[in-house]
Amino acid sequence: MKILVPIKRVIDYNVKARVKADQTDVDLANVKMALNPFCEIAVEEAIRIKEAGKAEEVIVVSIGTKAVQEQLRTALALGADRAIHVETDAKLESLQIAKLLNKVLEQEPAELVILGKQAIDSDNNQTGQMLAALSNRPQGTFASKVELADGTVNVTREVDGGLQTVALNLPAIVTTDLRLNEPRYASLPNIMKAKRKPLAVIPADSLDVDLTPRIELVKVEEPATREAGIIVDDVAQLIEKLKNEAKVI
Amino acid sequence: MKTLIIADHEYGVLKPETSKTINAAVKLGQDIDVLVAGFNVSETAAAAASIAGVNQVVLVDTASFEHQQAENMADLVVSLSADYSHILASATTTGKNFMPRVAALLDKNQISEIIAVVDADTFKRPIYAGNAIATVKSLEDKKLITVRASAFDLQDTQTAANIVNNDTSNAATGSVFVSKEQAESERPELTAAPVIVSGGRGMQNGENFKLFEGIADKLGAAIGASRAAVDAGFVPNDMQVGQTGKIVAPNLYIAVGISGAIQHLAGMKDSKVIVAINKDPDAPIFQVADYGLVADLFDILPELEAAL
Repeated sequence: MKILVPIKRVIDYNVKARVKADQTDVDLANVKMALNPFCEIAVEEAIRIKEAGKAEEVIVVSIGTKAVQEQLRTALALGADRAIHVETDAKLESLQIAKLLNKVLEQEPAELVILGKQAIDSDNNQTGQMLAALSNRPQGTFASKVELADGTVNVTREVDGGLQTVALNLPAIVTTDLRLNEPRYASLPNIMKAKRKPLAVIPADSLDVDLTPRIELVKVEEPATREAGIIVDDVAQLIEKLKNEAKVI
Repeated sequence: MKTLIIADHEYGVLKPETSKTINAAVKLGQDIDVLVAGFNVSETAAAAASIAGVNQVVLVDTASFEHQQAENMADLVVSLSADYSHILASATTTGKNFMPRVAALLDKNQISEIIAVVDADTFKRPIYAGNAIATVKSLEDKKLITVRASAFDLQDTQTAANIVNNDTSNAATGSVFVSKEQAESERPELTAAPVIVSGGRGMQNGENFKLFEGIADKLGAAIGASRAAVDAGFVPNDMQVGQTGKIVAPNLYIAVGISGAIQHLAGMKDSKVIVAINKDPDAPIFQVADYGLVADLFDILPELEAAL
């Protein structure tokens, strides 16, 4: 079995995004970039399935400028076998990403696709579900447990108020939630080895997908800031304030 | 054209997020229909019909929709989509699951988690964990939207609108429901609670979350946690408030032993009143708190419980 893991290069988790002065977008110049945390969990899960002897190959794919090769190499250092870079300078929306991934999936018919549930930049939470629709596969989103059996995959999902388990026929699409696993760190020898692993580049425009934008970014603003309030001396004053000033208890 | 809202419900109870999603939809100025799909949900449909602004409820009441799985929910919504220019669902785990599937089947892009309706094509939504607010204009002829319910108000009630039955009964292709493990709690759900008491890494372990129980009982509060507390294994993930957990906006949010990481603030900074209890006076949480108390939480919590 082959596992395909689409990954995204995003702003580093620990960096606070700042809005550009002209309000056209978030300023990413000279900002540290990293592998999206949910994608890291997806890569880790795929590698664990392979290590358990239930998959033969883990392929990572990313879409974007040449810079995404850095994150593909990171995934290779973690243990993926080979990488595909779908190269484009265009700023893409989830639907176009899903369409490009679907084309890759046609070329690399992986029985299981594991994606992060959302990217921490656009916060869309769409791509996995869209890819599932386009590839006509069942979907197990927000997974906290993935168990492969013969021809099926059981996915335990983080849902409001608890956990839901569904059994999906393979081929299927899974998206990861935080508790699925704790990703490993790449060792230095593996980072060196990753440099020699195969990385194929496919121009996005060779995949016959219409990349015309359908959502116009009108403006990006700072959120309304909250004023810091006061420091109270003790519990008695806190309760007095909550009762008489804020009137919330 | 009309607007379609897909109702979110569980165990026959309509979720308040649906009313808030209708509140967002009213701002589009079109007739609003609500789809209630589930099993034994005639009362749910009646509740939806009584929300102000609802023109008609479409009821699909059959076993195959009991768990609102994405595969057949998406097919159902697509089958109804022709009459609607806007299709909205609340950004609950159910809505987030099936809506992008609907969008892709209709060859439309989706706009996720809107917090404001500017006009029929233009919406505001948070990006980068709420560190920026994007105004986006959809160029699609059919808008697929999920709504961050905490940013909208509950609608009033009305004399019940008409309910029409729809006999769609297709099963979810390739997906079989196995089980649901409900988090056992007598307390309100995080996203619906008027008060939330939330703990972070400062709680030190899961056992110490019991210190919240008396306080939560007295305030009718839900108990939440920061990602740090979840990552440390203190409490389960469904208690997580933050960018990657639940987005909440209660009347009162009490953050205990939470430093205030960006991603946590993204989940709670729209709360009406925020209280922070932390022994580190430099913790970023104090910058968003209305009332801060710099003290050891293990001293304060018993005192707070006794004083309430």
